[in-house]
Amino acid sequence: MNYRSGTHAFMHGAHTASPLTTGVIPFGLIAGVTAAGMGMSPTTTMGMTLLFYSGSAQIAVLQMLQNGALPLTIVLTALVINLRFLMYSASLAPHLHHLPRRRTWPLSYLLADQVFALFSLRTVTGGLGRFAFPYYMGAAVTMWVGWNLAVLAGVFLGARIPEAWSLNFTIPLSFLALLIPGLRNAATLSAAVAGGSLAVLAIDLPYNLGMLAASLGGVIAGLVVEHLRKDLPAAQGSEAEQEAS
Amino acid sequence: MSELSQWGLFLLIGAGTFAIRLSFIEFYGSLRIPPLLRRALLYVPASVLAALVMPAVVYPDRHAAFDWSNPQIPAAILAALVAWRTRSTLLTLVVGMGTLWALKYAYG
Repeated sequence: MNYRSGTHAFMHGAHTASPLTTGVIPFGLIAGVTAAGMGMSPTTTMGMTLLFYSGSAQIAVLQMLQNGALPLTIVLTALVINLRFLMYSASLAPHLHHLPRRRTWPLSYLLADQVFALFSLRTVTGGLGRFAFPYYMGAAVTMWVGWNLAVLAGVFLGARIPEAWSLNFTIPLSFLALLIPGLRNAATLSAAVAGGSLAVLAIDLPYNLGMLAASLGGVIAGLVVEHLRKDLPAAQGSEAEQEAS
Repeated sequence: MSELSQWGLFLLIGAGTFAIRLSFIEFYGSLRIPPLLRRALLYVPASVLAALVMPAVVYPDRHAAFDWSNPQIPAAILAALVAWRTRSTLLTLVVGMGTLWALKYAYG
């Protein structure tokens, strides 16, 4: 697509991102409802939402605050969850690093999974050139507005939801919805099985430290299985790809 | 945790998350991910998410006692099947919560 102007590129970015906002609405509602249910004030909740701008980290931190986890564990877990942005940053950098800081800093803050996916699709099919920034911002601002509105709606709903509905269970369910589609091969599956089982076994470790230890164990399991399967001739090529699907 | 220390915690996580997002865009050309770390990062989401899900399902009240009659276990298994077949967040939530409510109702 050839853009007439920066505004045109921005509007097109916003347009392509708008259907994706529906995917984050359940997470936003859960984050808002959970925070309100814990008695967190709307100001603190929205402050947290603006500072994090990361749904999975926010929901995980709310869960850990409920469990009375050690602050250090909370910070480390949240940052480990957000490590994926390191890879996004590395893959966006060739297209965006030349911009001035007044643009790279806001665009970095607004980096989200959906924005990364849309932007990399566009750069694969052909460079956006000088329209890279407005296109990116159109998509990113749309996701940001959608996310914040969803959390806000959750905050106002939350106070009205009775305990008996067991809405806490939406937290592991929402993580399941993120986890399962990502299990594409034996190595990611092993990482998940090891991480999950170790976390269950290590539940008695104080302050949720078991969570971090289990995550590390899961990553190691993934690397080991990846390494083992590389040594098997049968695992090479298309067979390894098909097996997971 | 006091309101103030909570804000401190959130500021710290926000700043760290921003630094991670900015990293390679700011230091393009001078920063490289070592190959082993790049491979390890591929397994972080699966491992961390599973480590968050499993204990929350198996121990609803954070009491480290396994209980087969815990209705969250079948509800989570059904929800996982739905997530696997449909990849839909909404359906996963609906089936998971629906199963939990039905089982709680049935157990009385």
